Amino acid sequence: MTSQAVISGEQHGRPGPHDQSAGAGDGGPSPADRPAAAGATTAAAPITMAKALNLGLHAAMAADPKVIVMGEDVGTLGGVFRVTDGLQREFGEARVIDTPLAESAIIGTAIGLAMRGYRPVCEIQFDGFVYPAFDQIVSQLAKLHYRSAGRIRLPVTIRIPFGGGIGAVEHHSESPEAYFCHTAGLKVVACSNPADAHHMIQQAVRSDDPVIFLEPKRRYWEKGTVDARPLAELPPGAASDLHASVVVRTGTDATLVGYGPTVRTCLDAAEVSDADDARSLEVIDLRSLSPLDLGPVLASVRRTGRLVVVHEAPSNVSVSAEVAARVTEEAFYSLESPVLRVTGFDTPYPPARLEDHYLPDVDRILDAVDRSFAY
Amino acid sequence: MQLLTPTGHRITVPEEARSPGPDLPTGADPPVSKPRRADPPGGEPTAADIDLPAHVADLTADDLVGLYRDMTLVRRLDEEATSLQRQGELGLWASLRGQEAAQVGSGRALGPHDMAFPSYREHGVAWCRGVDPAAILAIFRGASLGGWAPAEHGFALYSIVVGSQTLHATGYAMGMARDGSDGAAIVYFGDGASSEGDVNEAFGWAGVFGAPLVFFCQNNQWAISEPTRRQSRTEIFHRASGFGFPSVRVDGNDVLACLAVTRWALARARSGRGPVLVEAVTYRMGAHTTADDPTRYRSAAELDAWRRRDPLDRMRAYLSADGLLDEDRERRIALEADTLAHDLRARCTTMPDPAPTSLFDHVQVADNELVSTQRAAFTAQFGADGEDGWRDGPPGPNRPNGPNGNGRKGGLVAGEARVSEEAW
Ligand SMILES: Cc1ncc(C[n+]2csc(CCOP(=O)(O)OP(=O)(O)O)c2C)c(N)n1
Ligand SMILES: [Mg+2]
Repeated sequence: MTSQAVISGEQHGRPGPHDQSAGAGDGGPSPADRPAAAGATTAAAPITMAKALNLGLHAAMAADPKVIVMGEDVGTLGGVFRVTDGLQREFGEARVIDTPLAESAIIGTAIGLAMRGYRPVCEIQFDGFVYPAFDQIVSQLAKLHYRSAGRIRLPVTIRIPFGGGIGAVEHHSESPEAYFCHTAGLKVVACSNPADAHHMIQQAVRSDDPVIFLEPKRRYWEKGTVDARPLAELPPGAASDLHASVVVRTGTDATLVGYGPTVRTCLDAAEVSDADDARSLEVIDLRSLSPLDLGPVLASVRRTGRLVVVHEAPSNVSVSAEVAARVTEEAFYSLESPVLRVTGFDTPYPPARLEDHYLPDVDRILDAVDRSFAY
Repeated sequence: MQLLTPTGHRITVPEEARSPGPDLPTGADPPVSKPRRADPPGGEPTAADIDLPAHVADLTADDLVGLYRDMTLVRRLDEEATSLQRQGELGLWASLRGQEAAQVGSGRALGPHDMAFPSYREHGVAWCRGVDPAAILAIFRGASLGGWAPAEHGFALYSIVVGSQTLHATGYAMGMARDGSDGAAIVYFGDGASSEGDVNEAFGWAGVFGAPLVFFCQNNQWAISEPTRRQSRTEIFHRASGFGFPSVRVDGNDVLACLAVTRWALARARSGRGPVLVEAVTYRMGAHTTADDPTRYRSAAELDAWRRRDPLDRMRAYLSADGLLDEDRERRIALEADTLAHDLRARCTTMPDPAPTSLFDHVQVADNELVSTQRAAFTAQFGADGEDGWRDGPPGPNRPNGPNGNGRKGGLVAGEARVSEEAW
């Protein structure tokens, strides 16, 4: 039994339903138009996810003059997590905009700017502050393409640091993805490691549909190696499709599915299970929450027969509910036991001193694996 | 720089205190007794109608020293909380340093039947409303999301979602008016918050319904890294005229002026004449929170200029000039501050974490089967203290609680680092 942890997304799932990989004819400028990002190297030392996102945004802005970054404190300060650090210095105040403190306006005006041909990348400072913009996202941004019979395209990316585990005060640790997955017209993705973050943010910016881009804030400072060449310069297949789920650790006995912050937790659980229980767990990073790319999940479940889905968001009407339902529909006879879920509880996010009890951890994941085997 | 005395005469504080902050919208020290205001709609009182001295004429010498004492204790509380955060006892702290006069002045204007709606920085107002400072620390420690009984203190819970509380205050004030209450509501918000839709909707509603509400904006010049001019092309207090109610700008570093203006505004609201907007011009002397690094966006010179307008120094100068604060009294106040800080530290560092199962409490009034099922599973697997593992049997060596684990839950097998202080 060999298990291999692939941190940098080198394994690829089959192309997702909406192929957006590099150079896939998505209307972006041709490679020749793209200046190389300053300081970009191929074999650099490991960098943090925050830095990888920063480099990705830099590359996206360098590649397309229509890309603008807007949000609270994104300019002079470089964002509260420093993800936009240095961008205003590089691209100027006209392209990196410190906005007034109003989330509805950030998204609403991004819609107008997009109607003029711009590609706004909006930062919502924390997950819990996206709700003032809810109408603009779900009733306006998500629907204008449909309402206009395809005449209006809104290539707006909304970056949201999400999830808990950082000991924060209220409204700084939430997982709002299900609201957006439930809304037709939006794409929802979550990165889990620096290499993916770097590619996915560029792919999201190039998407002609609006993308909710979720960044697991407690993983911002985890490091990984990144091929920091701009997307257009990568050889074909070097970056997974934006909407592909990816096997990040191969295994034979059970399948763990996570996204964003819980991918690392699933990998940790798999290591422990390997060492303590001699069980080989496969780990899949969903990466795209809407659309879902269930191909790799179904293929894995057909081999292992057991599935545990892990996320921080509450379980009720969640991404794991959708995965469980669809796997049950499509791979029922392969399942040795019911699909189990390890999620945040169906309570508000608790005070930080209790968050370790609330968040899925290795112990809870392995408990679910035990229950799957005991079924 | 001139300060108002209770009898209306002005005193001048030392020369070095005169330098106005570069970002003070008027470009100069606004005279305390002549607050400027937007042109009110017809029939409303004009600035000259606000007889500020009359609104503080009843203050005794003890009352005046009391305001200084409040500000001193609140500053000390704030300093202690900052150091507790540095020592890892709090996850975060939002300092009110520099805003003591705005908060104590307005907070002491409130009567027992009034209701205050704070944001997250109103530790000084909380103090005036008799809220236990340890309850505030509990929030920033991550031990609580609320902490006090709003009705008991006339002080609503802190509100972190910027601007949201202004609508709650508007509705609450509408309710007060319907019930014939003899109180009024006051809502605190910042210059940054003035950009939010909620705040502008609250202005509109309060105006239309004539809600007995004082909008108290502490313009502390910054919303994290963004200066007030990034939020509004007009002075914030000018906004009210477009919504049909009067406004006043007041020197927010002058505790007497803040007290007088807020008393006036509350009295006006209580008498059924509708909302008022008060813009208290002040300065956030510290970082936005302990996670912020203000050197990235503002100059030392600006901070220095505002340091010379320190609200505590100004009140001390005023009291000393009038012979109201001798060394002995000052020493006793300092001693009180020490005791408060000492006590607060002890209560903070020994504060127990909430019981793990309490996270399932009060999700809603009615029983919720999903939550009860999860609570039952949690308790059964985990023990009510949360110390047992979810898995049956002894933990393996590499589990978080096993010999090779780091003892932390939350999947931190590999010694994962928390997001650093850089955040926020
Ligand atoms: C709706 C919302 N958006 C963003 C934030 C993040 N945030 C917290 S405080 C703050 C700045 C607030 O500035 P201001 O209203 O002037 O109040 P101050 O902090 O200066 O007291 C921001 C952007 C938030 N808490 N709520
Ligand atoms: Mg402010």
